[in-house]
This record gives sequence, structure tokens and C-alpha cells, in this order.
Amino acid sequence: MTPPSKPQSMTELTAEPKPRTLPLRRTTVDHSRVVDDLLDRPQKVVARDVNFFYGEHHALHDVSLSIPQNCVTALIGPSGCCKSTFLRCINRMNDMIEGTRLSGQILLDDVDIYRPRTDVVELRKRVGMVFQKSNPFPKSIYENVAYGPKVAGIRQRSQLDEIVEKCLRRAALWEEVADRLAASALQLSGGQQQRLCIARALATDPDVLLMDEPASALDPKSTARIEDLIFELKDSYTIVIVTHTMKQAARVSDQTAFFYEGRLVEVGATTDVFTKPRQRQTEDYITGRFG
Amino acid sequence: MSSAPSVTAEKPVVSGGPRRWGEPLMHGLLWLCALASVFVTISIVLILLVESLEFFRQVSVVEFLSGTVWEPHATPARFGILPLACGTLLVTAGAAIIAIPMGLGAAIYLSEYATPVVRDVLKPVLEILAGIPSVVFGYLAIVFISPIVRSLFPQADVFNALNASIVVAIMILPMIVSLSEDVLRSVPRSLREGAYALGATKLDVTAGVVVPAALSGIMASFLLAIARAVGETMAVTLAAGKRPQLTLNPLESIQTMTAYIVETTKGDVPRGTLGYQTIFAVGLTLFLATLALNVLAQWILKHMREKYE
Ligand SMILES: Nc1ncnc2c1ncn2[C@@H]1O[C@H](COP(=O)(O)OP(=O)(O)OP(=O)(O)O)[C@@H](O)[C@H]1O
Ligand SMILES: [Mg+2]
Repeated sequence: MTPPSKPQSMTELTAEPKPRTLPLRRTTVDHSRVVDDLLDRPQKVVARDVNFFYGEHHALHDVSLSIPQNCVTALIGPSGCCKSTFLRCINRMNDMIEGTRLSGQILLDDVDIYRPRTDVVELRKRVGMVFQKSNPFPKSIYENVAYGPKVAGIRQRSQLDEIVEKCLRRAALWEEVADRLAASALQLSGGQQQRLCIARALATDPDVLLMDEPASALDPKSTARIEDLIFELKDSYTIVIVTHTMKQAARVSDQTAFFYEGRLVEVGATTDVFTKPRQRQTEDYITGRFG
Repeated sequence: MSSAPSVTAEKPVVSGGPRRWGEPLMHGLLWLCALASVFVTISIVLILLVESLEFFRQVSVVEFLSGTVWEPHATPARFGILPLACGTLLVTAGAAIIAIPMGLGAAIYLSEYATPVVRDVLKPVLEILAGIPSVVFGYLAIVFISPIVRSLFPQADVFNALNASIVVAIMILPMIVSLSEDVLRSVPRSLREGAYALGATKLDVTAGVVVPAALSGIMASFLLAIARAVGETMAVTLAAGKRPQLTLNPLESIQTMTAYIVETTKGDVPRGTLGYQTIFAVGLTLFLATLALNVLAQWILKHMREKYE
């Protein structure tokens, strides 16, 4: 699935000064495949002093956050704390909204994606996204998944067929739709549509996958499949996931970032954040006292 | 009227008095207004039907629909509607060929590419265009368009179908643009974002996602505009000439169904004669054609419209 031409500038990463984030302590963790030191990894996405505005509304305040490569980073926090806003800054999806403004830097492989003359189309091929509200195109199931590869220039039918099947399988949807790929995606149930959107995002084979509550409309079985998928994907992708389920964050992520009212309150290895949060607000939130 | 008692019942008991009869009175008045429009519609259709029936007692429907000569006031009179229908078709098809690509292009530009400032300037301009009386278009066709057409095609008649097509195209353009733009803009942003997030360019998103998602509404706007072109009267009466003939050459002088009705209604054909009754038969044909187009447009809107979420 991974084309050999994928640009990756890992070599430069070591020279990069570490961004200002809350310090991460070395811990031994019991999660089977959790990386034991997030800071020793190359940092795939680095946000530095990000402030974001919807017109006059100051949404994100001084967010600095490093997202290590081949790890799962969970963004948690109460509704309206700007998790989605931050996520959408990483693929510049907020550019679509009139009157928005960002200050600070977001580096992808050490390159500031907000520098002038950034090729946003290229950026979005590398940073895929699954939206909070599933948004399948009013096209067939097949066309939904094939859309990304097609705009990337893949025309060969056999290659497209292969990608479509592979991505639908990974998104745990293949069995349900294999016999009706030509049917409209809008006939699918809400949870199926969500998995279709995951398959669609996988089809462009990005480096970074942003997932905004990808399991919010899924039953426990599909949720488990998606979580398995996330686990499997992190070998080849860097994943940022927004979730409202603490259990899910604990299960799938290596690093957890807690947002509150547009600020990054705490970030650290998931086990640390969940077992010994340093901030009072984090503790209150994960123990369910608010939010 | 059945809801009138419940309307009063919902009011607090203390606020009775004049209100109690005022409510049903208003209700009744509004109902009468609604009834009037239905009554007028039904009456018009009935008049058309009854008068046409009179006509078809003397001229067979088959002759009317298949005859290729329209000479209602000659002796012997010939009542084949095909030349008139052909004139209408020629003007309408020409107008559609010009206005549909332009209108769709303008709608896509306004909805997807134009900045809010440009849009705020262009939309009122389109509304002004839509508000220009059709008689003005008619003489513009004769004074300005006809000379241009004749300088390009010297063999063209002074009054020709192409003149009429061009002005009718200008007349239906605002309708196509504003209806299509509405449906394009109603494609939810989440769909566009979904496509952009996959690395699509603006052109990919517009041509591959937004336009297909809005296609049923766009089609409906075309049909409504075509129905409008079929029924257009003033400009074609002035610009296209008054020679009913079976031709597909847009440079020739023709007559449309609407123009024929104008000519005969204003002319000196005595009322009650067969020649006069032709206007009802032609009117009925015209009515059925536009009705069919409208119904088809509504059907497309209702049954083919994609739900987006
Ligand atoms: N398009 C927009 N225009 C203006 N304000 C917005 C827009 N989108 C979000 N906001 C505001 O930004 C703030 C953060 O919204 P955001 O969607 O990022 O929250 P969230 O943490 O993802 O919440 P949830 O968990 O409910 O999805 C909210 O106050 C919201 O009102
Ligand atoms: Mg959100």
C-alpha cells in the first residue's frame, strides 16, 4: 500500500530543537505495544505556540504539542474544548472556514505547513482525516473509496479494485458491502458510513491519520475492529485520534493530550496521564467529575 | 376549518371577547384567498379544454398533431401544428444550447470561486437582468442582435429564429444561474471538506463532488428554464418573424406557437370561427408542453434529490 516515493525527512529530525511541551517522564508501562519513550522517537507533527481564531473568537491558546511518529496520540477533553479545531489545524482544514486565523507553527517532518506557498493539496495527501460527522459522498460505495486514489492519478481499474477491497477490509466493512459496491453510500447505516469514511481516508495512504471520534457511531464489535485497526496502522502511520471515551483513549493511545477551554492542560504517556495525572483538571476529567 | 375550535381553545380563558370570532374570520378569509387561486387555475384549464374541444370536433386530433402545413386562415384551411411546434422547438433549443452552458458556468463560478464581494455585486446584476421586461428584449433583438446575426450570416432573414434564441437565452439565463447556484451552495460544506481532505484540488472537488451532488437540482433548473423559454411570447413575437414553416434552419423566419396566438388574438379573425378557435388548441398544446416540463422538473427534484447525510 505504501508507495516508495513517500517524502520523509526523518534524518533532519534529530537536529531539530525539542519544542516546548510539558516534560514527559520515562516510565515503564504495562500496555503491550506502547512505546516506552515518546521523546526518543522522531516527532512527526510538532505544534508550537499555536493560537487559533474563528474571526474574533480566540479558540486555541498557546498550544505546543509534539506528536511522535508511529504512535497514537489521543486528544481528550470536554465538548467544545477545541479538540476538533486543533485536529483540523493539522491538515489546514480550517482554511475552508472564512475569517479563521492561526499564529504559531505546525511542523510536519520539520516543515512548517503554514509557511507561505505551502502546497495544501499535497499536504492533505499526506495528512488524511476522518471527520467527526461522517460525510460519505453521494456516490457508490466503490467510488467513495476510490475517490482519493483517483484524484491522486491512479486510473488503472485493477489497481483501484485492489485498493478498494483492501481499505474496506481494514475498516471492517468489506463483509457487509462486498456484494453491493455499486450501491449508493447513502444507503449505509450510520456506523457503516463512518467505517466507509475511514476506508476512504486509508485509500490515499497518508503518513498521518487524523481521526475525529471515529467510533462515535459504532457498536462495540465495530469499535473493537477499528481499535484493532488503529493498533495495526500505527506501524506505518502516525495517528491522532479524538475520543470521548476514556477507555478508548487508554486502550489505543501511546500519548494522551488533555485539552480544556482551548488550552493544552497536560500531555504525556497515556499510562501516566491516566494513572498519575499532574494537573487537577485532568484528574477531575478522567475520573468523570466533569465534562 | 376544522382547526378553528382548537385555536380558540388554546387561548387562555380570560382573553375571550372579540378574538374569538376574529380568529375564524381571518382563517376563513385566508382560506378564500387560497381557494380563489385554485378556482382561477381550474377555470382557465376548463376554458382551454372546452374551447379546444369545439375545435377538435371539426379538425381531427391526428391531422392537428401530424399536419405539416399551418394555414388556418386560408381556403382551404390547413391545421397542422408541426410548423408552429417546430418554431418553438427551434427557438427553445437554440436558447437552451446558449444559456445552459453559460448559466451552469456562471452558477459554478458564483458558488465555488467568486469571493463574497464579487458575489454581492453579480447577484443583484442578475436580478436586474431577470427584471427587464420581455418587450425590451424583443426590440433589442431587432435593433441590435439581428444586424449582428446578418453581418455574420448574410443569408439570414431580418426576423429569424436565431435572434429569438439569443434573446430568450439572455432571458432564461438568470433563472438557470440563480436556481443552479442555490442547489450548488446547498451542497454541505462537510462534503467539500471530505474531498479536500483526500488531497483533491478545487477543480476535483467542484467537478467530481459538488456538481454531481447537485445534479438533480441543476437538471430541474434547466427544465424550468426551458419551460419558461417555451412559453416566452413577447420577444419571439417581435424577433422571430411570423412565417410558420417546418425548418430547422435558425437563420430563417419562423413562427412560434406563442407568436401565433398573439397574432390571431390581435388580428381581424372573427370570434367564434374555426380560425379563431385555433388559439385555444394551440394554447392547450403549449400548456401541456410546459406542464409536462414543470412536472418532470418537480419529479426530478423530489425523487432524484440526494440526501446528503
Ligand atoms: N466553524 C466555526 N466557526 C466558529 N466557531 C467555531 C467553529 N467550529 C467550532 N467553533 C468553536 O470553537 C470551539 C471549539 O470547537 P471544537 O469543535 O473544536 O470542539 P470539540 O472539542 O471538538 O468539541 P466536541 O467534543 O463537542 O466535538 C467551540 O466553542 C465552537 O463553538
Ligand atoms: Mg469535535
